Amino acid sequence: MNKRRVDLTVNNRAVSMMVEPRLSLADALRGELGLTGTHLGCEHGVCGACTIIVDSDPVRGCLMLAVQAEGAEIVTIEGATPVVGLSEIQAALREFHGLQCGFCTPGMVMVLHHLFSNNPVPSDSEIREALSGQLCRCTGYQGIVNAAKAVAARHMHQNVQPRETSQDHRE
Amino acid sequence: MKPAPFDYFAPTTLEEVFELLNRYGGDARVIAGGQSLVPMLALRLARPEVVVDLNRVPSLSGITEEDGVLRIGAMTRQARALASDIIGTKLPLLHQGLLNVGHPPTRARGTLGGSISHADPAAETPMVMLAYGAKMVIAGSAGERTVEAAEFTLDTFETCLEDGEILKEIIVEASADEGTGFSELARRRGDFAMVSAAARIRLDADGRCAEAHLMIGAVAPVPLRCDAVADALVGTQLTERRIRDAVRLIDLNSFSFDNAEVSLAYRRHIAPTLASRALAQAVGRTGGLRT
Repeated sequence: MNKRRVDLTVNNRAVSMMVEPRLSLADALRGELGLTGTHLGCEHGVCGACTIIVDSDPVRGCLMLAVQAEGAEIVTIEGATPVVGLSEIQAALREFHGLQCGFCTPGMVMVLHHLFSNNPVPSDSEIREALSGQLCRCTGYQGIVNAAKAVAARHMHQNVQPRETSQDHRE
Repeated sequence: MKPAPFDYFAPTTLEEVFELLNRYGGDARVIAGGQSLVPMLALRLARPEVVVDLNRVPSLSGITEEDGVLRIGAMTRQARALASDIIGTKLPLLHQGLLNVGHPPTRARGTLGGSISHADPAAETPMVMLAYGAKMVIAGSAGERTVEAAEFTLDTFETCLEDGEILKEIIVEASADEGTGFSELARRRGDFAMVSAAARIRLDADGRCAEAHLMIGAVAPVPLRCDAVADALVGTQLTERRIRDAVRLIDLNSFSFDNAEVSLAYRRHIAPTLASRALAQAVGRTGGLRT
């Protein structure tokens, strides 16, 4: 099947790629753009490992076709974390044993990145809601939740304000 | 886990959509939010020759209200509907149902019309639309037709949409002064329901039940209306006891789903409890009574 050209913005850089219509966005990010930080676990929308930010929303990278991303603004784990060292979220996950094998961690970091960008001091239930679509087979989740709560507590202490304009869904 | 090859079109107008659907007929599938179709493509449960993407047709999205009648575009994202103040205040049962649909990342892409058209028997949105007596506006190259929610879903994964037609819009009449309740059992939050229940209750000036609707989902190919339960409640003062008695009238013989994950016996066992919870929540939300 003919490849299509897709122009989009990934981690604040304009990029273009030639993709078959059947290629998932997550596969395209990894295979065409070399951004292998996005992990693919189940490849059918169950596990959440491939979660990326598309036009300000967290999205399953395996449930979007790359051709659908024409014109989209995408943030991947590479864009949400520093090249050297750890982001605040990553550091908290390490501190609170929020990972073991680390396979699910990029997705965890992305949903928490989206949560904290829009809501620097989320409640415990907002944290659990944000994490609800992510599977982890190692930690039992408590370490991940504890890490997120620690970040929220630090934000409250430092009076952190939302970083980005939140995607306002309200009418 | 990779889809079979297909050709892809992203039309920007409904005319182009219908032109493509007519050209490719049964070889074409429309993609809405893709949260069900893309897994089916990946698992090769669906192998269309052509995928027609509705995501770039602006006229299919949006929520408007006029004189208490809401019109919801089929491509309205579930996340947007969930965050909508209009839906939260005018159609609270839809809001409650959507809280149980997947997770934030799937709701960000998933659409209301996509979920309804996919017609999964465990899906919340078709049951909510049935509870509201919503009208489905179906469009095709020959024009539009409107069908009742009860006539839209025919069977498991089967609707009355013909080749070349799409669900364009959902029309729901908001009913003021009613309470709504939604109760669902799933192993994990956002998983497919084992059994779900949705209720609407309106009280009269004396606090008696003036109108009742109860739906049970995930027990049969289409959501079940429990009119016998509703009839037993109308005209009475709603107490927990009355609700508990009424839910015994759920027609458990019309349940048919039975599989290794959830047995028929278990579905029959928990359905009255979930129905009671949905009804009690609805009564609580009428503001007239406390259960």
